[in-house]
Formats: sequence, structure tokens, C-alpha cells
Amino acid sequence: MNHLRIIVLAKQVPDTRNVGKDAMKADGTVNRGALPAIYNPEDLNALEQALRIKDRFPESEIVLLTMGPGRAAEIIRESMYRGADRGILLTDRKFAGSDTLATSYALSMAIRKLEPYSLILAGRQAIDGDTAQVGPQVAEKLGIPQVTYAEEIGEIADGKVTVKRRLERGVETVVATMPLLVTVHNSAPPCRPRNAKRLMKYKYAHTVSEMQHSNEDYFAWQNDRPYLRIDEWSVDDVQADENMLGLSGSPTKVKKIENVVFKAKESKVLAPSDADIEWLVRELIHNSTIG
Amino acid sequence: MNNLLVYCEIDEGQVAEVSLELLTKARSLAHQLNCQLEAVAIGASLDGIPDQVFPYGVDILYVAEDPRLSPYTTIPHASIVNRLIRQEQPQIGLFGATSIGRDLAPRVASALRSGLTADCTQLEIGDHYEKRIDTEYKNLLYQIRPAFGGNILATIINPETRPQLATVREGVMKKEPLADFRAGEIRKLPVVEWLSDTDFVVEIIDRHIEQRKVNIKAAPIIVAGGYGVGSKENFQLLYDLAELLGGEVGASRAAVDAGFTDHERQVGQTGVTVRPKLYIACGISGQIQHRAGMEESSMIISINKDPNAPINHIADYTIIGDVGEVIPKMIRYYKKNSK
Repeated sequence: MNHLRIIVLAKQVPDTRNVGKDAMKADGTVNRGALPAIYNPEDLNALEQALRIKDRFPESEIVLLTMGPGRAAEIIRESMYRGADRGILLTDRKFAGSDTLATSYALSMAIRKLEPYSLILAGRQAIDGDTAQVGPQVAEKLGIPQVTYAEEIGEIADGKVTVKRRLERGVETVVATMPLLVTVHNSAPPCRPRNAKRLMKYKYAHTVSEMQHSNEDYFAWQNDRPYLRIDEWSVDDVQADENMLGLSGSPTKVKKIENVVFKAKESKVLAPSDADIEWLVRELIHNSTIG
Repeated sequence: MNNLLVYCEIDEGQVAEVSLELLTKARSLAHQLNCQLEAVAIGASLDGIPDQVFPYGVDILYVAEDPRLSPYTTIPHASIVNRLIRQEQPQIGLFGATSIGRDLAPRVASALRSGLTADCTQLEIGDHYEKRIDTEYKNLLYQIRPAFGGNILATIINPETRPQLATVREGVMKKEPLADFRAGEIRKLPVVEWLSDTDFVVEIIDRHIEQRKVNIKAAPIIVAGGYGVGSKENFQLLYDLAELLGGEVGASRAAVDAGFTDHERQVGQTGVTVRPKLYIACGISGQIQHRAGMEESSMIISINKDPNAPINHIADYTIIGDVGEVIPKMIRYYKKNSK
């Protein structure tokens, strides 16, 4: 039980939380290009939970798995700076357009290559879609139990894990058997910062695609330093069925996208003066808005 | 018959508000589709459930009763729902977008390989023409949800897979029992046969659930505060005004995150949707996510120091000023002028 393999699922997402003025085009639509790509916030909560388990069981291995375009290797490096042991980028054009079901299938096929594992940790949801579906769907595809909305991972003993869950109106503590998938809620502790030594070491960690632009003999260079290799896995590498991926493997289709535009009203502007406020209150009483 | 199935969430013998809201909406969808409305109740003591759901027009109520089924755990509930869906083949399956629904529905969707749309705020029936394969799909479920931080509204469809699955946000659909209804049919499910011991791999050892204390959805007047209220102490002014006017206090997400008040008062996309006759927005800038939850209020007053706050664009009256100064004056002049 001292060497657990913990797989952390993470996603690089556009930062939709602070859609500022410059992120909106003149016609009121979102300028996606203007939004920075960030580490999905709740996935960082999940990484911290993995690191805390490794603090307790130092021989554990943390494998970061993400699916996305080449630049998503950034969040693998970020995870390494904070304590992850290795990372895998699941990347292939054939994954493009996958909905949550196709994404879960792809991730589950990659996870099968990482057996045996004890725990899979993921953020509750990603801020670009807020669906919270991928975690439970991955668990179902792997035929393992799930515990959603974790706030704290407690005792790990005898093949069982104690997890405290944050629900809408309370908390619940459960004991579940491993292997287990846990989704982590944002009320869990924030992720620890980068470690300076790890930053110096892992800033040279790259995928082969990233290295192709360098002039050096990167194969030989990386072979000498295997810890700096970020694996890239394609559809073929995980032996996935193409028909279950991308648009063809996605039962949900987007029929229509509308920009949310609020109609401006003719607003009457008042000052905080006694006269204005008394006028407004009398007006509201007069038209029976307030009794 | 491909009917419409609603998963009823049950807490201590009571059907959740969100499930009753869903049944109301599902009844009108079933009417449009000319099919029946089915509901499934899974739990421990369910004697009171039929009387709670039949006023909402449920034609068939499936009951799965077993002491092991309450409180909710994922796999046993998912096993029953999967089995029921495989047997009855509903064309649509709906769940509340709650802690339970968002845990259960994806598990079910994955097992059935069906499309699932999370957190819908509107459901409609409509057709779809797929040019690529020259195929016309009739009577699909349009699953409408905000996306991209609330800046866009997406309509999602599942043309090929059945059932079409969706979770629906609490508080956005109206709950309306029928004045005149007929009790539906009750069908007991063979729980012991459908479950195996290996389904119970997650054991609940401790549980603290707070009862809902406030229901801002039903309030005719809401005095809502945002981050601009500044402090928990200033929030007390909002309670004073709300009490005087016979209303409730609401809040923006920023105010809840800052700890000024509780989550159950949160209005907006991650809180509840409200339609009061008067909404007084105090120190709320009016992010799109907040406006989505209150823009249908009959009258909106904004109190804000920032004359350019987005909320002012949808307000009937805007008072440019400090909440701490304006609210005491409103209280004073209300007391003076009301009889």
C-alpha cells in the first residue's frame, strides 16, 4: 500500500471566469483568442490531493494525464513543478470535436494502459463547459466506483479510502474500495505553489513535438534524461476505436449558439439625495410595487 | 411506447423541489410529444411519494424501495435507472442538476452510450434537418444551456441516441400542480433481483445535511447584495430593508464567495433564478451570470456607485450612490410614507 499509482486528470481551458471588455468583440460575441489558456482550477485542487497522498506515501507515483492540443503540455510541466512525477499528453486530430462521452472513452482507453492504478483524481468540472460529466463517465467506462465532490481524502488502508464530500447542503463521509475515481471540489485546499528546484529541473521537460523545433539531437538528449520526456499518445497508441471518438463518437450535437445579449432598458437615473429617494419610495408605494 | 422519464430525487420522504419543477415541464413536453409521463422514485420508505407526484400529471410511477437505497449512493441508483431505461425505452430522461443528479446522470449516460447535456435552463421540442446526410429528425429534445461562462446560450440535440438525457438546473422551471388530476399507475420494481451486493462498494459513514432555511424563489421582493456592499455588517442593512418590505435577501456569487451571506441566497447561473415583482440590486455590478438569474424581475432598482455598472442597463431605476447611505434613507422614507 506504500506505492500507490495515482492518475490525475487535468485540462487546459480558456479562462472564462473573467471575460473582460477586451474579450468581447464589438458585436457582443466572445473573442476566444483573447482569453488566456489556464490550468482548470478544480484540477489543481485534485493535484493537491494527489500530492498530499504522496506526502503520506512517498513511494507513490503521480501521473498527470491530459487530452488536448500540443500546447496543453504546459499544464503537464506546471504539474511537474508542483510535484507530479510524469505526464502524458493524449493528442490526436481524431479526438477533436469529442463531447463528454467520447472524451471519457478516450481517457479511459489511455488509463487502461496505466494499469494497475489505485486512484484517479480529477477536478469536479472544467470551467469551459461546467458539465462535471467526464469524471463519472470515465469511472463507468472503467467499471470502477466514483466519489464526486471530494473536499478531503482521509485514511487510505486495506484497499479502502475515506473521502469527505461537499454536497449542496452539507457534507458526507464515505468509505470506498480502490481502484476508485474521485472528483475534487473547489472547497478542497488550493494547490501548493511551484517548487523552485523542480522548476529548474522540469522546465526542460517537453513532448517530442515540442522538441522538433530545436536543432539539437533531441532524441539522444532526452534518452539521457528520461524524466524530461512528456509522452504523447495518439488514438493508435491507446488502441481506441475511431468511431467512438470526435464528432462521429459524440451523441450530442450543437444545433445553435446564441450570444447572450441583454436588452437595455430606459433606466431612470437618480441621485442618493433625500428628495430623489423619497420620490422613488412614494412612486413604488403609489404603483403598489411595495405595500 | 417511448415515454418521458423523470428521476425523482427524494430526501427523507419528500420529493425535491427540482423534481417537481421537472415534472411540470416534462408534463407539457409529454403533451406535445403525445406520450406518457413516467417518474421513478428510488429510496427507502416511499409510501408518501405517489400523493406528491400524481398532482403533477404522472401517468406511471416506478417505485424501487429498499432500505439500502437511502441515502443515495451512485452505483445502486444507476443500476436501477439503467435497467429501467433498457426495459421501458423512454425517448427522454430528465434529472435535476443537483449533487445527486450530476453524479448519477453521467454514470447512466455512459452505460447507455447516450448523449447527456448538463445544467439545462430551457427544454423545447423541435425538428432538425441534417444536411450532411439529408435526414430530417422530428420531435427532438432541444437542450438549451448557458456555456462559456454564461456568455453564450447553446442548443444541444441528440439526433441518434436514445434516450435523450439532460440535467436541469434547479429553480429555472416553474412548479405547477394540476388543479384537476387523475392518480396514475404505480409499478413496483424488483429491486432485489436488479441489484447485487457488489453494487454497494461505497459506504456512507457520516452525513450532515442542513435543512433549507430560506426559499428566495417564492419571495415577491428581493433585496440582493453584491461585493460592493462591502462587508457582512453592511449586509445587515439589506436584511432590515427586506424585512420591512416583506421580502427576502438575495446575493451575487461574489458576495457569497466573500462570505457576506450563505449560498442558498445566491441568485444567478450557479444559484437560483428568481422572478420577483421587485428586485433591488445593491452593489451588484451585474455580471452576465447574475443577470441571467434575475432579468425577468418585473421591476429592477440598482443602487451602485459606478454609473457604468452593467446592471444599470437592465434596471428601471438606478441610484448612483453608496449602499450604506441609500438604504437607510429608503427605510426612513418607507416608514414615513407607508400607512
